[in-house]
Amino acid sequence: MSNWVEVCAADDIDEEDVIRFDHDGRTFAVYRSPEDQYFATDGLCTHEKIHLADGLVMDDIIECPKHNGRFSYKTGEAKGAPVCVNLKTYPVKVDGGSVFISI
Amino acid sequence: MSDIVIIGGGECGARAAFALRERGFDGSVTLVCAESHLPYERPPLSKATLIDALEPKLVADAGRYLSDGITVLTGCSVLAIDRAEKSVMLSGGQPLRYDRLLLAVGARSRLLPDMAEAAGRIHTLRSHDDALAIRAALHAGGSLVIVGGGFIGLELAATARMMGVDTILIEGLSRILSRGVPEEIAEAVAARHRAEGVEILCGQAISAIEDGAEKATVRLAGGRTIAADLVVVGIGAVPNTALAEAAGLAVENGIAVDRYLRTSDPDIFAAGDCCSFPLDLYGGRRVRLEAWRNAQEQGTLAAANLMGAAEPVSNVPWFWSDHYDMTLQITGLADGATTTVRRPLGDGAFILFHLDGEGRLLAASGIGKGNAVARDIRLAEMLISAAARPDPHALASPATKLKSLLAA
Ligand SMILES: Cc1cc2nc3c(=O)[nH]c(=O)nc-3n(C[C@H](O)[C@H](O)[C@H](O)COP(=O)(O)OP(=O)(O)OC[C@H]3O[C@@H](n4cnc5c(N)ncnc54)[C@H](O)[C@@H]3O)c2cc1C
Ligand code: FES
Repeated sequence: MSNWVEVCAADDIDEEDVIRFDHDGRTFAVYRSPEDQYFATDGLCTHEKIHLADGLVMDDIIECPKHNGRFSYKTGEAKGAPVCVNLKTYPVKVDGGSVFISI
Repeated sequence: MSDIVIIGGGECGARAAFALRERGFDGSVTLVCAESHLPYERPPLSKATLIDALEPKLVADAGRYLSDGITVLTGCSVLAIDRAEKSVMLSGGQPLRYDRLLLAVGARSRLLPDMAEAAGRIHTLRSHDDALAIRAALHAGGSLVIVGGGFIGLELAATARMMGVDTILIEGLSRILSRGVPEEIAEAVAARHRAEGVEILCGQAISAIEDGAEKATVRLAGGRTIAADLVVVGIGAVPNTALAEAAGLAVENGIAVDRYLRTSDPDIFAAGDCCSFPLDLYGGRRVRLEAWRNAQEQGTLAAANLMGAAEPVSNVPWFWSDHYDMTLQITGLADGATTTVRRPLGDGAFILFHLDGEGRLLAASGIGKGNAVARDIRLAEMLISAAARPDPHALASPATKLKSLLAA
């Protein structure tokens, strides 16, 4: 059963950028791609528990701010050293100008 | 070409081994590791590991080597390289043939001039075993003297303070972090350490360090005598070059390699902390880096070139260091900079950009809580890589996104 949670207004995230979203004791990272699509992953890097939202978004990659581990935020796939464990991803929808994630 | 031997199972050697397989190399890969552990990450040794981890943080678990078909010989050293025979002599006494060889032998702790080795209450910190020995000797209310105000000594000071250890740090020069760190950042680091209760003594020459049954004693040339439960000498690292030198390879502040990481023998490559290489981005200047990401990147690059590619080193140097809840990041090389531009980022965080006489960005160094400086340092790295001449006013203004300068 999907549980849609409102994150923010669609404009609150810049294009090719990311924000941190905390909900119910969990933390997520929510992205807006250069093609203006929205994505969501777990908020913490799988190498050490570092908030990915402080990292840099480039195309479909989020780069961890701590040691530059890379993930595809679209698929969650770990893209090379030092990260090797994938990120979990979550469905996202934009409705009435707001971003929602399903968790 | 079918047999590749990698000497040294650190970050660099392990990355090279995996990268060979990722690029489809189907010959044999043997990783010879002097230490008794599988390759592990060294940066945690002065940070979290000291407090909580008894096991090293492995670069990859044993299963990965198995599934990648990488033979790992732990607790085994290469004693000599026979270039004519194209084989290495293992410490067990048997030779191992290679078609191509990678030296990823890293560096070791520098010792004080009259110090034969770390022993008793006098330690150095390079390996997991070193960290365990230091850990065993540290306890709340105990005392520690750190010799050397470089990154490792300072990180250790932070960790020790977090454990409630009385900590004194002795630096010979007039300030800490005098190598490659701008004064304002070094000052911010020093101020934080002092606020946390570390006594930092700069400009101090040491006349003797004596081991003892109860305490170790450090005697300063100025006359002061300090007793402590343990002394950690953290005065830098020296590249492991003896093996290469004995084999007749060129050595120049590290094993000398060209821009493809090739030594003076075309079948032998070197990468990571052990090698010095020309950095095209900085006019071909020969440098040696002691940095984790460099070890990874050069390991990966060496793998490509071992397999016959000719890809030059092109990465911009990058380094981080953690102190309490603060992180410092540095990218590029600031030597030759004539202008410094300061970008304040709020909550005490800031970045210094270093530009040359023509306005080219050479380096950026930043410090702040958590990862406050990470994104801008990463963008600075990309600007450096692009040989950009960013507008200093834009750099100084936190309202200007650095990403917009990159597109320009
Ligand atoms: C305590 C500590 C903290 C650090 N913190 C940071 C940090 O915060 N940020 C950062 O960027 N960098 C940091 N570094 C630096 C980083 O860890 C190094 O740059 C990196 O480990 C270099 O990797 P390497 O594989 O080139 O060499 P090494 O890690 O030194 O590995 C070389 C390996 O080769 C083995 N070896 C040597 N000779 C032989 C032989 N003849 N036969 C077989 N094996 C041999 C050695 O035993 C060693 O295991 C830190 C280093 C230390 C020690
Ligand atoms: S914490 Fe993300 S790469 Fe290390």
